[in-house]
Amino acid sequence: MSRSDNTVKKFFEKIIEKIILLNGFACILFVILIFFFLAKDGLALFKVSSPIQFFFGLLWNPLAEPPQYGIVPLLLGSIMVTLGAIAISVPLGLACAIFIGEIAPRWMREILKAGVELLAAIPSIVIGFIGMTMLAPFVKNLFGLPTGLTALTGSIALAFMAIPTIVSIMEDAITAVPRTYKEGSLALGATHWQTIYRVTIPAASSGIVASIMLGIGRVIGETMAVMMITGNASVIPHSFLQPVRTMTATIAAEMGETVIGSDHYFALFAVGLVLFAITFVINFFADMALHQQKK
Amino acid sequence: MKPQTKQKIAFTCLGLAAVVVIIPVIVIFVILIDKGISAINWQFLSTMPRMGMRAGGIYPAIMGTVYLVSGTILVALPLGVLAAIYLVEYAKRNWWTRMIEIAIVNLAGVPSVVYGLFGMGFFVIFFKFGASILAGSLTLAIMILPVIITASKEALMSVPHSFREASLALGVSKWQTIRCVVLPNALPGILTGTILGISRAAGETAPILFTVAAFYLPRLPKSIFDQCMALPYHLYVLSTQVPNVKESLQYGTALVLVGMIFLLNLVAIIIRSHMRSKKQW
Repeated sequence: MSRSDNTVKKFFEKIIEKIILLNGFACILFVILIFFFLAKDGLALFKVSSPIQFFFGLLWNPLAEPPQYGIVPLLLGSIMVTLGAIAISVPLGLACAIFIGEIAPRWMREILKAGVELLAAIPSIVIGFIGMTMLAPFVKNLFGLPTGLTALTGSIALAFMAIPTIVSIMEDAITAVPRTYKEGSLALGATHWQTIYRVTIPAASSGIVASIMLGIGRVIGETMAVMMITGNASVIPHSFLQPVRTMTATIAAEMGETVIGSDHYFALFAVGLVLFAITFVINFFADMALHQQKK
Repeated sequence: MKPQTKQKIAFTCLGLAAVVVIIPVIVIFVILIDKGISAINWQFLSTMPRMGMRAGGIYPAIMGTVYLVSGTILVALPLGVLAAIYLVEYAKRNWWTRMIEIAIVNLAGVPSVVYGLFGMGFFVIFFKFGASILAGSLTLAIMILPVIITASKEALMSVPHSFREASLALGVSKWQTIRCVVLPNALPGILTGTILGISRAAGETAPILFTVAAFYLPRLPKSIFDQCMALPYHLYVLSTQVPNVKESLQYGTALVLVGMIFLLNLVAIIIRSHMRSKKQW
């Protein structure tokens, strides 16, 4: 091989390395770009409406005269649906994760894991569709309501969308607990169940916390299913049996009808910015918790 | 109560919870197949919708989803694999690398509708692509990037270190080692992750709402700057926007969408199990 050939090769290699380096940084670039483009249009709202009106306004009504862009009802709607979904999915998910990770025999474990993965693969629009046609009438008849499209219906559907996230991360955390911990407990005469809830679960706690946070992040950002099931009434919610409207559904439902560059358009971007900030914080802390677990 | 009795009760409850989680999955599939199968025939899959989507087929929606998914993969696969190569092979353990990891985690957590907003602000308006297959594919590509990076990272890390050392000891350069030794061994893992990423992209509705999806377009798109229909959005339209659509048409569309995603997942699972059985180390 000649000398010049070698220099060309080295040069080529340098270029490749630079390209790879750029790709590594692309992720940071995308996060910054997303933030920048949401902020650019979202903050434009505050030229026409004060931040106080936006963050503390109790009314969201873009068609009113003058239009009202208060995020409170949407934020409460999101929080309510999320709380409901978490209240259902965390106990179910934890129980399911313990069963898969500790108790189920091998064949059953494989079936259950495949089932959970299958649940994760169902698109949110299909969950929304089934929720609308099957779950909503059921809730309506069960509680004798005028409509089945309520916060509760949304919470149930979302709980099942959060369960795959919660189960898979919790199960990882549970199986990552060192064997010696469990063996020590069993050797002291504790039963399997006592070992699980006195030793394994406390040892896996930071992973469990992370899974709950990621579940919250998943639910609060969910759009299509929520839009189809929760009834979309932008009022301050008082009960789980009423229709509510979330931040995500508001963006998805109203963006199609706005004029680009209008106040309404900016207001929707401002809602998007709030959503982005919320999920950013949740994911950041969830990652911290997972990192701690690894140590 | 004796601890053994407590254990029995506890384990029964845990088992019941697992059943409660799995049953809805089965119910959803049974309902979809039961109510949707009657709509599915060759005509449904291969003709244009007619009469304001109340009759006819879903051909343009299927093809739209195929185009979108292909575009997504063309962008996301190289970007994701190269980023994973950087993180596994080149990056040092420092705060900068940690920043990249945090960025990936956050990209994975950004709500899909926020990707839609971003795609609209960035690709549709700022780059003036308009609502087009290009804008939609790019938006979806950024959305599934974390899935592909995470899977590729795991696949690259599972290639034993001794493989790299053997190659480097022969005087082969680092990039050649990666290209000829590490990547071929990591390929099945990368493919699995990519397919799972695509199946996510195929089912998403919110990111394509404002970037590409056409309400009703009974023809195929002519170029990547054209709008197109897409299966998930078509299902949304059929179930909420158009009155008096036959139930079988809605369930049929849902079944085709789920079937497509299920097939993709099945391929991923087959590759994964094949890879496990062939692994020599």
